[in-house]
Amino acid sequence: MATEATEIRGVGHSVKRKEDDRFIRGKGTYVDDVKLPGMLHMAILRSPFAHARIRSIDTSKAGALPGVIAVVTGELMAQHKLAWMPTISADTQAVLATDKVRFQGQEVAAVVAEDPYIAKDALELIEVDYEPLEAVVTPQRALEAGAPVIRDDKEDQKDNHIFHWESGDKEATDKAFAQADLTVSLDTFYPRSHPAPLETCGCVADLNPATGQATIWMTSQAPHAIRTVFALVAGLPEENIRIISPDIGGGFGNKVPVYPGYVVATAASLLLGRPVKWIEERSENLISTGFARDFYMKGELALKRDGTMLGLRASLLADEGAFHADAQPSKLKVGLFHIVTGSYDFPAAHVVADGAYTNKAPGGVAYRCSFRVTEASYLIERLVQNAAYELGMDPADLRLKNFIKPDQFPYRSATGFVYDSGDYHRAAKLAMEKLGYDELRKEQERARDEGKLLGVGMASFTEIVGAGPSADYDILGLKMNDGAELRIHPTGKAILKLSVQTQGQGHETTFAQIVAEELGIQPEDVKVMHGDTDNTPYGLGTYASRSTPVSGAATAMVSRKVREKATKIAAHLLEVAEEDVQFEKGRFFVKGAPDRAKTIQDVAFAAYTNFPAGTEAGLEGVHYYDPPNLTFPFGTYLVAVEVDPDTGEWNVRRVVAVDDCGVRINPMIVEGQLHGGLTEGFGIAKMQLITFDEAGNCIGSNFMDYLLPTAWETPRFELGETVTPSPHHPIGAKGVGESATVGSPAAFVNAVIDALAHLGVRNIDMPLTSSKVWEAIQQSSAGAPAG
Amino acid sequence: MQITVTVNGTERTADVEPRLLLVHLIREVFGLTGTHVGCDTTNCGACTVRLDGTPVKSCTLFGVQADGRSVTTVEGLATNGQLHPIQAAFKEEHGLQCGFCTPGMMLTGAALLEKTTDPTEDDVRWAISGNLCRCTGYMNIVKAIQAAGRAMQDEKAPEPAGAAS
Repeated sequence: MATEATEIRGVGHSVKRKEDDRFIRGKGTYVDDVKLPGMLHMAILRSPFAHARIRSIDTSKAGALPGVIAVVTGELMAQHKLAWMPTISADTQAVLATDKVRFQGQEVAAVVAEDPYIAKDALELIEVDYEPLEAVVTPQRALEAGAPVIRDDKEDQKDNHIFHWESGDKEATDKAFAQADLTVSLDTFYPRSHPAPLETCGCVADLNPATGQATIWMTSQAPHAIRTVFALVAGLPEENIRIISPDIGGGFGNKVPVYPGYVVATAASLLLGRPVKWIEERSENLISTGFARDFYMKGELALKRDGTMLGLRASLLADEGAFHADAQPSKLKVGLFHIVTGSYDFPAAHVVADGAYTNKAPGGVAYRCSFRVTEASYLIERLVQNAAYELGMDPADLRLKNFIKPDQFPYRSATGFVYDSGDYHRAAKLAMEKLGYDELRKEQERARDEGKLLGVGMASFTEIVGAGPSADYDILGLKMNDGAELRIHPTGKAILKLSVQTQGQGHETTFAQIVAEELGIQPEDVKVMHGDTDNTPYGLGTYASRSTPVSGAATAMVSRKVREKATKIAAHLLEVAEEDVQFEKGRFFVKGAPDRAKTIQDVAFAAYTNFPAGTEAGLEGVHYYDPPNLTFPFGTYLVAVEVDPDTGEWNVRRVVAVDDCGVRINPMIVEGQLHGGLTEGFGIAKMQLITFDEAGNCIGSNFMDYLLPTAWETPRFELGETVTPSPHHPIGAKGVGESATVGSPAAFVNAVIDALAHLGVRNIDMPLTSSKVWEAIQQSSAGAPAG
Repeated sequence: MQITVTVNGTERTADVEPRLLLVHLIREVFGLTGTHVGCDTTNCGACTVRLDGTPVKSCTLFGVQADGRSVTTVEGLATNGQLHPIQAAFKEEHGLQCGFCTPGMMLTGAALLEKTTDPTEDDVRWAISGNLCRCTGYMNIVKAIQAAGRAMQDEKAPEPAGAAS
C-alpha cells in the first residue's frame, strides 16, 4: 500500500467539531427528545414554604382527574424504602417529604399522567396542610443558640452545624503573623449562584417489568456513578441498569448530583410498568437543583514591609442548604478550597471551615469549577490586590514579587498540594504587555485628576483539576479513575469509548485527536462514544475539568497499548525483529530503511487477516487511568473598567486573558471554552444571584430575576497563551474548561475596586450591581466625587 | 381545534387543545425536536422559530396562533440538503458547544441577514440579545453570523432560505 505523508490532524490542530453536524441541523438528541411508546409524564409538586411541618396530604381530587395514572407521595415512597436517599456528601436527602419541608421548592408529591398538561393540572388539586415554621436563611442564624433545628430527622443532630474542617499548619501560621510588619484582611461573601445550563434536568425512566431491565435516559454528567448509586439505593441489580446520557445541553456542575425527580420517575416506572418522562421547568431547576458558592470568607495576609508574603489565614462558613449534598471527593469537606494559597509562595497557611444547614436548596456543586477552587481563587486574588493598596505597591508588582518561581516546581504548597508545573511570571507579563498595563496605569492617573473612575483588575489564578489520585480521591468510596476503550477495525477505522460525558466540550473531536496523535488514524476515522453505561468503560464522569486530565490520559495510554501490539504485527509484515520497527505518524517502518513501511491501516487489516502465530486476533485495548497527581492550569486575567461616578454603572473596556493549560489538544475548542468561562465569570461578578427573603422565598427563580449575560452586555475577550506542559500527563495537557470561571470573577471585581481604591473602597460583595457600586462610592471617603 | 400550519414549506393540519403552546405543537405534534425549551418565560430564546418570517419565541405563543401561518424551524433552514450559510458558518467558526441554543440562534441570525448581509458586531449582538447561550460567550456566534453574511454576499443568495412563503 502507498504510504503518502498526509498530515495527521492530532494534538494541536483546530479540527472542526464532529458533533456539530447534528446540532446545526436540529438533530441532536436531548433527553426531552426521547419519546417511547406508552410513555407517561410526571410533574412534581413543590413546597411553597422554606420550613414547615406537613400535617396532611390529600391526593384524592388529583387522583380522580381523568388522565392521571398515579399520585406519588413520600408515604408511598417510604413503603418502598425510597423516601430518603443518600447524598454525594454522605448525608441523606428527602426524595419526597414525609415529615417536614426544609426549603422552598422541595419535592412533596408527584403526579404521573398521560399528558404533561394534565400532570400539571393535577398538581393544583393536591391539598397539603402545612404548619409553617421559622425559616433559617443564613448560616450565621443557623449556628445561633436557639435556632430551629432543621434536620430533626437525624437522631444525633441537635443543632445546624454540619462539619468543622482544617488544613495547613496553625502554629507556623500564627508565628508568621507574629513576625509580620503588616497584616491585611478581607471579609467577603461569595453569594449563591446557579449554573443554569440552558437545558434543565430531566429523565425518561423505562423499567421493563417482563425483563427487569431498567433503561434511564438522564441529563447526567456522570452516568456510571449514577448507575452504581441507583443500584445501591434502589436495590436494582447493576447489570440490569442502563443509564444513557444523550446529548446534554450544558451542565457546568448542575448535572452531577442525583435529584429526587430521577428517583421518583424511576420508582413510578417500576410501579406502573410504563416509561415515565420528567423534565424540569426552569424555575424548578433554579430553586431546587445544585446551586453554587454561598461561602462567607475571611482572609488575612501577613506581609513584610517590602511586600514579601509570610503567611495566610483563611476561614469560611459554608451555607449548605437543607441537606449536605455537595459534590466533592469524600475525604474533603470544602472540596479543594485549601488551594487558597494560589500562585504565591507562602511559607505558612492555615484554613478553617465550617458548614451549616439552612432552609435553602441543597446541592452545593462546583459550578464550572474544581471543587471550590473558585471561591479560594477569588479570596486570595482579592486579598492580594487589597494588600497592594495598603503597601502602596502596584498590585502587579506585589504578585510578581511573590509568585512561585519556575525553578520551584514541583512545588509543595503550605496546605500540602504538589503543583506540577508553572511559569506564573511569564503568563502575567504577557497579559500586562497585551493590555498595555503601564500605559493604562498612567491613563488612570490622568482620569482621576479629571474626576473619572478607571480601574484595572488583575487575577493570577492557579487552578487544581483532574481529580484524582486514588490514594486521596474517591466519591462514596469509588476511586476517581476513568477509562478509555479503543477498538481498531480491519479497515483501520476506530471506535473509542469513554467513561466521561461531554456537555458541549467537544469530546467527540478532541479525544479522536488524541488517538490521531498516538496512532496516526485521522480524527474523522475515530468514532467517539460516551454516555451509555452498557457500552462504555467505567468512570466517574465529567466535572472538575477532569475529562482531559483523566480520561484523556487513559485515551493516550490505551492508544499506546494498541500501538505495542500493532508494532508486533508490523514487524511480522515487514519480516524484521520487533525492535527494528519504528513508528511515526501512522507509519511503522524499518529503522534505517524508512521506505520499508506499513501504515496503521495495513497493520489493522493484518490484525484480523494475517497476524503472527501465537498472537490473538484483533487490535484493541482498554485502560483505566489513575492520575499520579492533579494538574494545575494557571493564567493571568486583566480587566479594565470605567465606572460612572454618578450612577455606579460600570462598563468593561478590555479583558485580556492569558491561559496556560499545558498542551492544547484543539486550540479552537480551548478558546471557545475560555470565552464561555469568562462570560460566566462576568455574569457572576455582575448579575447572577440566587438570594432569599427573610421567609426563605427564593428570589431569582426564573430568568427574569436571575440575570444571565446576553450578547449585548458580554464583553469582548482578548486571549493569549503560554504552554507549560504537565510533566505527569501522557500528552502534557492540564484541562481548561473551568479556568476562566475560576479566575475571572476576581479580575472583574478587582477592576471595579481598583477604580474606587483611592476613595478607600476595599470591598463590594458580588454581584456588583450599579446600585451597590453607587452605594460604595457614596459611603467612601469622597462621598461626593468630583464632577 | 382544527388548525392548518405551513411548517418548513409543508402544510400540516392538527387537532389541538387551545392551550397547547406553539413549541409543543412543533415538538410533540409535528415531531420536530430541534426547537428546544430552555426557560418557559420568553427569556432564553432556545424555542425561537420564525412565524411568517419573524423570529418568535414559541414557548409563549399558542399553537392556534399559528393557524393559517407559516412556521420555519431549524429543520427548515437547509434547502434540498444544502446547508444554509449560517449553519455552515456556525460549524466553521465554532459558534456552538452544547448545541441547545443553536437552532434559535441560527434562526434569529438568519432573519438578521435577510435585512443586511453586512451587519456590524453591535448589530449582531443586539439582534441576538434575546437568545441566551451559556457555553460560547457569544464571541464565535457573532463571528459566525457575520461570516454567514459574507458567504451570502459571495453567493449573491438569490432567495434567502427560511423566508415567509
